Amino acid sequence: MSELETKQATTQVALEQTAQVEIPKAAESVAPEAQEVPENPLAAYKDVYVVSDILEDKIQPVTIELIGQARILADQLGERVQVMLLGEHVQNQAQELIYYGADIVHVFESQLLKDYTTDGYTKVLADYLLVHKPNVLLIGATNNGRDLAPRMSGRMQNGVVADCTILSVDTKEGLVEWTRPALGGNILAEIISPNHRPQMGSVRPNVFKKPELDTSRTGEVIVEPFELAETDIRTKRLNFIPFSLEGYNLEDAEIIVAGGRGMGNKENFDRLYELADALGGVVGATRPLVEKGWIDLKYQIGQTGKTISPKLYLAFGISGAIQHVSGIGGAETIIAINNDPEAQIFQYSNYGIVGDVMTVLEEMLAQAKGK
Amino acid sequence: MELLVCIKQVPDTSEIKLDPETNNLIRTGLPSIVNPFDMHALEAALVVKDAHSDSHITVISMGPPQAEDALRECLALGADDAVLITDRAFGGADTLATSYTIASAIRHVQTKQGKPFDMIFCGKQAIDGDTAQVGPQIAEELGIPNVTYVCDIKLDTNEAGKPVTVVTREHDLGYEVVQATLPVLVTATLALNEPRVPTLWQSIYAKRYAIEHITVNDMEVDKERLGLGGSPTRVRKVYQPPLRAKVVMMDGSVADMATQVVNMARTVKGGATHE
Repeated sequence: MSELETKQATTQVALEQTAQVEIPKAAESVAPEAQEVPENPLAAYKDVYVVSDILEDKIQPVTIELIGQARILADQLGERVQVMLLGEHVQNQAQELIYYGADIVHVFESQLLKDYTTDGYTKVLADYLLVHKPNVLLIGATNNGRDLAPRMSGRMQNGVVADCTILSVDTKEGLVEWTRPALGGNILAEIISPNHRPQMGSVRPNVFKKPELDTSRTGEVIVEPFELAETDIRTKRLNFIPFSLEGYNLEDAEIIVAGGRGMGNKENFDRLYELADALGGVVGATRPLVEKGWIDLKYQIGQTGKTISPKLYLAFGISGAIQHVSGIGGAETIIAINNDPEAQIFQYSNYGIVGDVMTVLEEMLAQAKGK
Repeated sequence: MELLVCIKQVPDTSEIKLDPETNNLIRTGLPSIVNPFDMHALEAALVVKDAHSDSHITVISMGPPQAEDALRECLALGADDAVLITDRAFGGADTLATSYTIASAIRHVQTKQGKPFDMIFCGKQAIDGDTAQVGPQIAEELGIPNVTYVCDIKLDTNEAGKPVTVVTREHDLGYEVVQATLPVLVTATLALNEPRVPTLWQSIYAKRYAIEHITVNDMEVDKERLGLGGSPTRVRKVYQPPLRAKVVMMDGSVADMATQVVNMARTVKGGATHE
């Protein structure tokens, strides 16, 4: 295979999952002056909807982030923000969503909606939305949201863009521009859904800022009737094993001290906890260390782990594999410590220290504990 | 048990490097591999077959003719049959059009073999597109349940004596143990298993195997739902995200460098208390 062919094949494979690059000329855009203009069927689709992300009857932070983005999109489109709130006992949390920017909150309560199920949530949401026709639909790109969004798009036969990190409006065409990372975060693709509604996307948690709570905002809370039978749900939750309750949340941390394979052994890696303690931070790691069992899955940073946005990120012995780097883009300042001056991580960092990881770590520990 | 594994041939994105001069991505010459998550999906099917020897594993992929290489890799690991969905008409498909095409091909294979698949295994996502959408969309098109992000699979029977699968799925706050009726589609995480290595006997089988091609004319399909034309989404622009300002390499003694870092951390914490 020639180099050119390889390149083409690679690019094609890469984009297949997201769609293609060329945009066909709008051949069907006949602008008839004489004949009667049929009403644009897309015009029936209105407002920006958010599906709230609920775990254990508790609204997850991504929901608030989405309402913030929905508000911005809706204001640009001249539309309203509506929230779909599903759970067993969730109505008491609806007012808060209005304070964050929602105009209408639709409440769907049932014991069958207590835990997320693909079948239950898809049915209730699609039944309602196929009738009420949203223009835009935002779903949080959590594991449940990434399960729900494609299933909804299959049911409603509309386009869906996964894991968006930038949302904007093409005001000329009134279209949402969904931007998402692909190729392990190496490229960004801007995607539109010109002729299908709702325009839908899942949006990555912890990328967008939470909007301000405004208790003077008013809106409407509507408890909706719906049909859902136990037999509609073909999966049954037998058990739930929560991540250990002790521990910390990487997403909220201001300082993260992270280790990669360059730490050498678990004993060395464990010294990072001392540094984190001394600096007021927490510890994260790359995937190989999680696979070795040195640290719990919930502290994995990167494409298949957490997306983080601390003020300071210290990367010890991390080579900078693209899968890891794609999760640290939100960090304000990145300092990498690696013995290999050619390590890829330096290209993504603000500051670099070339040197033996343990020597540098011991020195920092001594100083941080010193005063 | 009739088992189906959906796989994708992808460029090995872990091999992507930045050009140190221009900071542009070097995307040419990347080796093609079977999407790593799909290898775990295949292994899961092989484990079922190990326990139920009357099982039969079909591997299916959509892509250009060279995706046959990826299918042969799966045959060498123990899959019984392999099918390639390939036609120019499928090119440029987004996830919805892709899943419709694959689901249509699955229906075609089921009709041909005279029995439906009991379990369909996919990787949780492909490493090039990273969407994680095609699995659930195939399940929706086929009208069967799906369980995503699976890290453990067991087969069982329910109270009514019907075969079910009990799977553990990764969830944002922990692990969810879910029972699903068959047929079901599951998507595999890396934690699900450790893929095996090919055997000599299977490798010879893989080499000699004639892979069936399914083209647009072989299936009962709505052509409006295929390829670029059948895709509701359009990629408008592809670009490389801006890098950080050029890295500042610290120098001086280890003690000096450590001081700088510790001071930066103290500023962060100090700043926080004043906010």
